[in-house]
Amino acid sequence: MLTFNTYKKMNHKISHQLLVASILTVGLAACNDNDYTPEAVVPPVVTPMEYSYSITLTNLTYAQPLSPIAVSLHGDSKMWQIGQAASVPLEKLSESGDNSDFLALATNMATTSSEGPVPPGTSVTLNISTTESMANYLTVVTMLVNTNDAFSGLTGVDISTLELNQEKSWRLNVYDSGTEKNDEAAGTIPGPADGGVGYDSARNDTNLVGYHSGVVSKDDGLSSSVLTQAHRFDNPAVKLTITRTK
Amino acid sequence: MKVIKKSPIKIALSALTLALVSSTTMAQELSITVTNLTQGLHFTPVVTAAHSSDNHIFMLSEMATTELQTMAEGGDISGLVSMLTNADANVNENPASGLLAPSMSASFTLTNDSANTHLSLAAMILPSNDGFVGLDSWTIPDTAGTYTVFLNAYDAGTEANNELRGSGAIGEAGMPVPPPLEASIGMNGTGITDMESNDKVHIHRGSLGDDDMAAGKSDINNSVQRWLNPIAKLTITVQ
Repeated sequence: MLTFNTYKKMNHKISHQLLVASILTVGLAACNDNDYTPEAVVPPVVTPMEYSYSITLTNLTYAQPLSPIAVSLHGDSKMWQIGQAASVPLEKLSESGDNSDFLALATNMATTSSEGPVPPGTSVTLNISTTESMANYLTVVTMLVNTNDAFSGLTGVDISTLELNQEKSWRLNVYDSGTEKNDEAAGTIPGPADGGVGYDSARNDTNLVGYHSGVVSKDDGLSSSVLTQAHRFDNPAVKLTITRTK
Repeated sequence: MKVIKKSPIKIALSALTLALVSSTTMAQELSITVTNLTQGLHFTPVVTAAHSSDNHIFMLSEMATTELQTMAEGGDISGLVSMLTNADANVNENPASGLLAPSMSASFTLTNDSANTHLSLAAMILPSNDGFVGLDSWTIPDTAGTYTVFLNAYDAGTEANNELRGSGAIGEAGMPVPPPLEASIGMNGTGITDMESNDKVHIHRGSLGDDDMAAGKSDINNSVQRWLNPIAKLTITVQ
């Protein structure tokens, strides 16, 4: 779909240029005055088309604040995959909620972030724009902060077929980045349930991204846990809606 | 919410029919089956309605209406039914004639007026304090065919999930226990929590339960009455 779309756009641009060029040629051919001094042909300036999107994210959980929402537009790629190891920027985001490295990835063509965390029962709306014709793929990611390394989001979703003002919605499930053991222990959880350290570069879990099995909590028999029954969650954790606004 | 479309041939044929008749605004005939996918939850009487796009029986991250609260805490759908009827919705009530038991289905038909383009559903789940199975404003397709929608468990955000026997009246603590559930729900628990920190409609975090039917902290049985989403399946055939 990307290939087709990109091809169409490039084709359109080329034909536009050809049209301008041929008009210029006709103009030159008609002007057969001997005094005519040919001027350098200035290549036509093609104003790149701007695409804008409005993205609304709702926290559907009972007691899991979501870390600042990272939004990226990029080329055809996935920023995580089930059964693959998480990148270090994703590890940082999913263990500490810090999205700065994730947003700084060179493959991102446009990015934005919510200013702060998104508490349970609330929504945030973010706007993102790009003139980059290849930026047809969307990634949104956020950490469930009262966990060791749980995150929710979607990655590498083709949005090139969205018409102007068209809206698309998803209910998103929870992933485990597989980079930190789910011991729920004091000092390991960055959210308000603990206030512990977030990111630790050591990987002491499966080192594979997978679906999250939920938190256990001390109320359910994990004696070392700082979490209570209130921090338990079920899928979906997030509702995401994107609307193309330009 | 996942939506799965079936029978493309039928869809193609009816699209052709629609194109020939060139009218998509007539009333539709819907055959609906709701299936309880859980092994340990009962649904109280189900209300299903086709309504206009600007009406909702609940919305995620919004406060529950009193009518929704009454349904979610006690299983009483009469408030929702009158709200829907006043809004000119097409309503089906209580297709299972009482509780919809684990793994059971109930079927019914619903004819929706042309303005009633969206489908919603709600029923309390038992045992719970204010849990419900819900569908908010699914767009009814114009194209004939059979569609499947999976439904999640929500928490109305109106009552602390203490997981104890109690009252189904709004503003009163505890879970209602109708006679068919008398034997399957524990007693004398000390209570999970008396807090409800999120007063918006949200995805239910699940019940905790315990393994003690006569004491413990919860009157919910943790090996039988827990769940994971989705908890119900809705099959809708648009004639």
